[in-house]
Amino acid sequence: MSVRHALLALLSEGPKYGLRLREEFEAGTGEVWPLNIGQVYTTLQRLERDGLIESDDNDERDSSQKRFRITVEGDRELAAWLRTPPDMSSPPRDELVIKVLVALRVPGTDVREVIQAHRRYLVELMQQWTRIKEADDGRDLALGLAVDAELFRLDAVVRWLDAADGRIKRAASEPPVVTRHDLPRLKKTVVTR
Amino acid sequence: MSMLELRQVSKVYGHGAAEVRALRDVSLEVAPGTMLAVMGPSGSGKSTLLTIAGSLEEPSSGQVLVANQDLAVMSRNDKARLRRQLVGYVFQDFNLLPGLTAAENVSLPLELDGVRARKAREAGLRALDGLGLADRASNYPDQLSGGERQRVAIARAVVGDRQLLLADEPSGALDSGNAETVMRMIHAACRQGVAAVVVTHDAQLASWADRVVFIRDGRIVDQTAPAAGPESLLAQER
Repeated sequence: MSVRHALLALLSEGPKYGLRLREEFEAGTGEVWPLNIGQVYTTLQRLERDGLIESDDNDERDSSQKRFRITVEGDRELAAWLRTPPDMSSPPRDELVIKVLVALRVPGTDVREVIQAHRRYLVELMQQWTRIKEADDGRDLALGLAVDAELFRLDAVVRWLDAADGRIKRAASEPPVVTRHDLPRLKKTVVTR
Repeated sequence: MSMLELRQVSKVYGHGAAEVRALRDVSLEVAPGTMLAVMGPSGSGKSTLLTIAGSLEEPSSGQVLVANQDLAVMSRNDKARLRRQLVGYVFQDFNLLPGLTAAENVSLPLELDGVRARKAREAGLRALDGLGLADRASNYPDQLSGGERQRVAIARAVVGDRQLLLADEPSGALDSGNAETVMRMIHAACRQGVAAVVVTHDAQLASWADRVVFIRDGRIVDQTAPAAGPESLLAQER
C-alpha cells in the first residue's frame, strides 16, 4: 500500500489539515491494513517538496497544523498511479507451491495429506475474513472490498490445491514425471507512462 | 442436543466389481443454530451424505438421527412427515415448480402437510417478505432472476417451522454478489436457530460455516478448528 498515493487520494477530495488527514488515513484503510502513522507526516513533507501538494502556511513547521491541497501535478500523478498495473508478470516465489513440489520427492510422504493441511489452514483464514464481512452487514464499502480481495486471493490458492490434489490422484496410476527444468518465465512487461 | 447426527454411516452402491463405496463410516453432528459445511470435490460423496441426512436415501449401515429421532425405526409415513415438517432443501438448480408463482412454491410444502391454503399462503408471504421478495410473490420462476429464484428456494426451505436446512451447492450457479446474499440468508436462518448443512466444493461458500469438514473418497478426513474471533486477524501487524 502506497502511503504517498493514499494521501494524494484523500487530498483529491479537497484541502485538509494534517491532523484530519491522519484520521481519515486510519479510517480509510478499513482497519484491514494497519500502517505506521509516523510515515504519514514524513510522506506529507516529501509530497510538498516534490510539488505534488502545497500548504497554506510555509512557516508552520508542525505538519499536523498545516492545511494541504493537491496540485495539478499531484492530480496527474494520482491519475497515472491508479491506472498503472502493479507488476504481476513474474510468479512470486510461492512457499506453498514449493512445499507441495518438494513433498512429491520426499519418500513416504502422502502429498494429498500435505495438501489438506494447507487447505484447512486457508479455509480457517477465510472463515475469519467472512466473519468480519458478515458482522459488518455490507455497510462499509472499503472494508467489503478489502475483505473480498483477501477472500479471492485465498480462494485462488485453495483452488490450486484442489487442482493439484486431482492431478496427483490421476497421476497415481502412472509414474509421475518430475521435471528438473526451471519453470518457464514470462517476459517481464514494464509499464511506462 | 443435535438437530442432525450421523453415526458411522456408510453407503454402498452396486455389487461385486461394480461396487462403489460412496460413504465410509461418516460421523458428524450439527447443533441447532449452527452451519456445517461439507467440502470436497465432485465424486467425494458429499451429495450422497446430504440425501441420506434428509432421509431421501437409506444408508447401507450406520444410524441417522434427525431431531434425536432414529430414522431407521420410523415408518415410511413418519419419515415423510418429518421431512415435510422439519427439513428444508436448497439445490443448485433451485428446483422451483415452473407452473406455480413464488408464493405458491413457498407455501406448497405447508399445504402438502395439511395446513389450510390461506394460512399456508400467509406463512409463505411472510417467508418471502423476510428475504426481501414480497413484491415478487406473484411472479412465476421464469420471471425471476437466478438470485431471486434461489431466495425463493431458501424461503421454501425455511417456511413454517423447519429446523434443518440441507443445501447442495446453493450458490453454485450464481455470481459472487448473489452468492453472498444467499449465504447471508442461510446464515441468518441459523442465527434464528436453524441447523444447516451446506455441501460444496467452493471455499468461499464454505467459509460462511461455523465448522467445515473435508470429505475425500467418501471419508471425512479433516475439519477446521473451532472459530477464532475476527480480532485475531485484525490484530496482525503487516
